[in-house]
Amino acid sequence: MANALSAFVALSEPMRVAILERLAERPMAVGELAEALPVSRPAVSQHLKVLKAASLVEAEARGTRRVYRIDPAGLGPIRIWLDRHWERALAAFAEEVEREEEE
Amino acid sequence: MNATRTITAAPIRKSLRVRTPQEKAFRIFLGGMGRWWPKDHSLLETPQRDVVIEPRAGGRWYEIGEDGAEYEWGKVLEYDAPNRALLAWQLNAEWRFDPDFETEVEIVFKADGDETIVEFEHRKLEAYGRTDRSGQTLMDMDKGWGAILERYVEEASRQD
Repeated sequence: MANALSAFVALSEPMRVAILERLAERPMAVGELAEALPVSRPAVSQHLKVLKAASLVEAEARGTRRVYRIDPAGLGPIRIWLDRHWERALAAFAEEVEREEEE
Repeated sequence: MNATRTITAAPIRKSLRVRTPQEKAFRIFLGGMGRWWPKDHSLLETPQRDVVIEPRAGGRWYEIGEDGAEYEWGKVLEYDAPNRALLAWQLNAEWRFDPDFETEVEIVFKADGDETIVEFEHRKLEAYGRTDRSGQTLMDMDKGWGAILERYVEEASRQD
């Protein structure tokens, strides 16, 4: 339960959600995340620390780098999954509208 | 745990513009969900035949299979055609309908000339943090969301 609560605290910050979404695409190092998002490297590290404490991401050493990935047992994946689901469903809705308009 | 603490999860928000008048956009979304819903997102054992949203507050939201079986997804909280609908999505972290579990899906339709802007929001996601009765719901990787998410994560990782 402590995990679920800290997960929601962690997800209340939009930048952390943005970081999770990037990590859902593929595992990334701190530097890569800082390049992809409008946020400094130290800020990314700080966000990752919160996400890790909430079991939303996990870190793994790859050579000299630490690579972060989303933790499938955490809560972030549920939100990301729902987000992708609705993205797809709404696109299908828009297609159906276009199709009906053509008829 | 501090029970008075407010926990929030960022809502999922989407906005899209469709090239059809507001009334028709509403009708296709709410009244014709079965025509556009991704068919693989079904909880039925036979292929999905339709998705039904009963057009009134208190109405049911469910899917129907080819064999006639029904699977409850939630209910209608507010129904204000052709402007807005508020639905309760009541599938918990294990993909089971739970009348005590409630997240909100709000869809707002705004006319913009002959087109319509559709604003979508899925909120109160913090409910997923409250379904943890056994201490394992969200952590159980062997079934429901867990298994689906695990496949999703594997797929996402493979693109590395």
